[in-house]
Amino acid sequence: MTDTALPTDVRPGRLGHSTLRPDGVAKVQGTFQFSGDLTADGVLWGATLRSPHPYARILRIDVSGAWKINGVEAVITAADVPGVMTYGLIDQDQPVFASDVVRFVGEPIAAVAANHPDACRRALDAIVVEYEVLEPLTDPEKAVDGSFEPIHPLGNVFRQQRIVRGDQTIEGPIVVEGTYELGMQDQAFLGLEAALAVPDAGGTGVELHVATQWLHEDRKQIAACLGMADEKVRLVLGGVGGAFGAREDISLQVHTCLLALRTSRPVRMAYSRHESFLGHVHRHPCRIFMRHHADHDGRLRRVEARFVFDGGAYASTSSAVLVNGITHAQGPYKCENATVDGWAVRTNNLPCGAMRGFGVVQACFAHEAQMDKLAVAVGLDPLEVRLRNAMETGDRLITGQVVESVAPVQRLIRELAAMPLPGEPVGGHDRDPMRLPGGAGRTADVGNVRRGIGWAVSIKNLMYSEGFDDYSTARVRLADGVATVKFATAEVGQGFVTLAGQIARSVLGVDNVVLDQIDTQVGSAGSTSASRQTWMSGGAVDGACRLVRERMFERVALLHGVDPLGLVIEGTEVVDTVSGLRVEVSEASAGIEFDETFEHHHRPTEDLDEFGQGNCHTAFAFAAHRAVVDVDPELGLVKVVQVATVQDIGRALNPLSITGQIEGGIAQGVGLAVMEEIIQVNGHVKNASFTDYLLPTFLDMPDVVIGLVEEPEPQAPLGAKGVGEPPTVSSTPAVVAAIRDAIGKDLTRVPVRPTDIVFG
Amino acid sequence: MTEPGNLIYTLHVNGQSSDVRDAWIGESLLYVLRERLGLMGSKGACEQGECGSCSVLVDGELVCSCLVLAAGAVGQQITTIEGVAPAGAPSDVQQAFVDAGAVQCGFCTPGLIMATHSLLERSPEPTEYEIREELSGNICRCTGYGRIIEAVQRVAVARRGAQ
Amino acid sequence: MSVLVPTSLADALQALAEHPDATVLAGGTDLMVELNGGHRRATSVVVVNRVPELCTWRHDPITQTLRLGAGVTYGQIERDPIASLVPGLAEAARTVGSPQIRHAATIGGNVGTCSPAGDGLPVLSALNAEVELVSAEGIRSVPFASFMVGPKRTLREPGELITAITVPVVDGWQGYAKVGVRNAMVIATASASLVADARRGTVAIALGSVGPTILRCPEAEAYAMQHANFSERSLAADVVSHCCELVRLASRPIDDHRSTAAYRRHAVGVLAGRLLRRAFPND
Repeated sequence: MTDTALPTDVRPGRLGHSTLRPDGVAKVQGTFQFSGDLTADGVLWGATLRSPHPYARILRIDVSGAWKINGVEAVITAADVPGVMTYGLIDQDQPVFASDVVRFVGEPIAAVAANHPDACRRALDAIVVEYEVLEPLTDPEKAVDGSFEPIHPLGNVFRQQRIVRGDQTIEGPIVVEGTYELGMQDQAFLGLEAALAVPDAGGTGVELHVATQWLHEDRKQIAACLGMADEKVRLVLGGVGGAFGAREDISLQVHTCLLALRTSRPVRMAYSRHESFLGHVHRHPCRIFMRHHADHDGRLRRVEARFVFDGGAYASTSSAVLVNGITHAQGPYKCENATVDGWAVRTNNLPCGAMRGFGVVQACFAHEAQMDKLAVAVGLDPLEVRLRNAMETGDRLITGQVVESVAPVQRLIRELAAMPLPGEPVGGHDRDPMRLPGGAGRTADVGNVRRGIGWAVSIKNLMYSEGFDDYSTARVRLADGVATVKFATAEVGQGFVTLAGQIARSVLGVDNVVLDQIDTQVGSAGSTSASRQTWMSGGAVDGACRLVRERMFERVALLHGVDPLGLVIEGTEVVDTVSGLRVEVSEASAGIEFDETFEHHHRPTEDLDEFGQGNCHTAFAFAAHRAVVDVDPELGLVKVVQVATVQDIGRALNPLSITGQIEGGIAQGVGLAVMEEIIQVNGHVKNASFTDYLLPTFLDMPDVVIGLVEEPEPQAPLGAKGVGEPPTVSSTPAVVAAIRDAIGKDLTRVPVRPTDIVFG
Repeated sequence: MTEPGNLIYTLHVNGQSSDVRDAWIGESLLYVLRERLGLMGSKGACEQGECGSCSVLVDGELVCSCLVLAAGAVGQQITTIEGVAPAGAPSDVQQAFVDAGAVQCGFCTPGLIMATHSLLERSPEPTEYEIREELSGNICRCTGYGRIIEAVQRVAVARRGAQ
Repeated sequence: MSVLVPTSLADALQALAEHPDATVLAGGTDLMVELNGGHRRATSVVVVNRVPELCTWRHDPITQTLRLGAGVTYGQIERDPIASLVPGLAEAARTVGSPQIRHAATIGGNVGTCSPAGDGLPVLSALNAEVELVSAEGIRSVPFASFMVGPKRTLREPGELITAITVPVVDGWQGYAKVGVRNAMVIATASASLVADARRGTVAIALGSVGPTILRCPEAEAYAMQHANFSERSLAADVVSHCCELVRLASRPIDDHRSTAAYRRHAVGVLAGRLLRRAFPND
């Protein structure tokens, strides 16, 4: 089990303390309202008709049958979209409803509203769509080489980007290379897509309660499609049952609003699990070639790489995922020279976009396999080769950007090496068969099993890149010792609601913090993604609290004739460090309301130029992972026994939350390493269910041992780096390295399948 | 073709009789609990018995309510998350989940609370691997399970101390 | 159009006689998946999990048989007292779905659905289980091997109810092993059961998920029986290897999204070898 040391000398509820979630009790009692739990008087159910074909021309849509089903109140298609017909986070290339061509299995064509989910189902069954089925583009290389006719007016390449830096002629003396592949991972949050839309009287506006990662961006896209001004569309965060990137894009938002406006009644939509697999973006499958040139002592001289990200049918964030991938190709290592080429392309596979790690998971899987190959090639221990190349603050990335963030890579590796290994042998002292690969299936006996150890280290950018100003806003009011904090930051489970209270209590010296409803009645918070909310929304809440505190200090100074610059908060008091005056915050804020709003912006970033050069990223975090696995080589089954990690976090604002993020992130990394993949054959999805898309269970999840490196980040408002993504980035390659170590095979693809281990 | 909305039956949920009217024949217990009886605490995340979020007790046995035909559960005693503790007073298991950091998004949590109560009834001092096996039908996507195991162990220790 | 919940076998049979096209619902763990997914619409349903006659089991020490009512759940089977009478079936039971599924899922339902991946089925096949079917017309007993005629296809006639599964209580070793990519709650990619009956001197090997039905391996069984020493629980290594090869040859796997035919064929050979070694630990 984790043995994270929790600080004991911190005031409960304040920064640094393992404060408990404010929504925890409601969640354990089942009274917390998730978006799928929301209903209203006279509500209708909505449902979506989806394409069964990966690529087909729509010849005819006949919805008349649906109207004959008892209980049906609305049937809508593309013809009913009053505003812009397409949406998207970066490029608006995805139709609200397909009308001429469908480009992936599951693409929406029509939607219905009815009084019972089964009536919706019958209505969908009664809609007739005639297709001319076309041969789908499913091989991304055919999009790269241009051999397949465009499947979309905008073409088959979302973006190509090169990185060319330094001396392009460097070869060897040591050369290691490989081609690596990652399958399509699903975020598989448990709380399925769901929303409740309530139309305004007269249909002039709509209020949408929805589980999302970014209320304001949703609103922008929804309003455009509805043909309404932004302010006519009000979004309220419905309780979010996990996100992990899959809720950054629109799914059912526009459909639900359209149905509500059409029927003048509240409408609920809720995806099934099958539909969810088809209805949101996934982690990009990726194929990466990498070649490293190094000296005999293992020091990197040049990295060459070629990335092809399969973005599926629509753009989503593919172009940004691509840049993240290629700009992290060197990993957390010094490397002066680089030749990298990358494509993000369109195919008739499921659309891909954000998932925890955002392009860097793909890069890290490749560069860490390469570092292990390099270690073998130069006869060094895998840790030693990483230590020799470890990046430090002040080093340049292959984009030319100087890493100004704290970069304690060497320290992470050294502290990881000192973490305890599993105390028990293969199978455990109690010889419980559940501990062996195969688990409940009792496939293995102890003698069939080999243990392996693997290592991986990662660098991950924080916040958005390439010139995007993903600012965050917070409003804080203080009256009578009670702070009320308002923000639009999507709480998806990560615990920002806990942190916001801790910040307010620490900065303002209050015990009582009220969190206002999370909605669009305040400025944007940006997306809950890119490990950015502790930094960005934390910075916004901190900034707003500081403004309020300043005004409170001015008031105390005026009332008591002291210099406001001498005032500080101690406990729940305003204290004058000069005179020793002490005033309770409740008294200092009695009978008055301080009300301040603050936007936190990170420093500006730049686009990459044609050679992939530019200060495109904001900041970086680092992590190191060590995995111990037991493998049954004959059957190809794996039991991950332990994952140890040391992570660069800047400052532990809530150690318990950090533990949860790290353990949860590792679970998703382990899943990608050994079981999670959406399987598509010629564009058709074969496993869109929890029966066949396997997530790690309690019996698949290893023990996790955590070490935290706290070197406060000067750029960060609270000294803290985001912690959500790094655990997912390097845990996958560590697990695969451990399997390689156990069986001595060159595994180049995740998830590692039994067939790869047995026949690979 | 099924005639919708023609079933009328009575369920016994959390010690009370509840009439279900105008029900459709294929409705799961999960659907009826949530949509007809207003008990939203049980969650649906797969509708295939592969995630455990909808776990309830039927005649004392932990089952997935998505796989129980509601109209077939007449005469059985059903306990949901709303029935494990009096309103406003979390059970020891519920409190331990909060205290140990076992809750993130919380969607799987009601099902896990039901499963944990059931486990500790049968086996008051489970080993770590017993906890893992007995809770293996409950998928959590956020936590990686570590804090949940910690929560279960805390309850077991506290109950032993209370004896 | 109705949901009937009979509370006696007679009522259940009468319900089925009156609604021959009714869907029989036992634990619900297969049928409800289809209803929830909209793949099937219920018309009439006869719920049989409240029929007391179906929910009992009896060990007959004279005939050395165990009669499991069709409504006995895998949750009951994985635990004593049933587990020690049929340890192989208990091992299979422990791999069925999740604890929640096992509390609901019945052996009769497993046999009635008759998926090639049904976890209990290879063990029933290796034990030469008998399936008891009752209708208003009468009662009949069918060996499991002939009861299953294809993937999810059986000899059960409309109006018939599976009432019990009878297996011998074997003096010897029996076990089950199942390959799945996850360590719990997973559908079998390939599975195998082995029953070594020391008293009769027989070895039975049955395979799951590698053919349209549960497959027995007569050649491998005969070869193992011929060479096994039941009293010393020994079997030579080369005999085990040859049996594995015969098991591979007996399999008829396919490629699908869960795995490949080549892997499945390989895997059942490995499983058979390991089960043989567990049954006969000595070389």
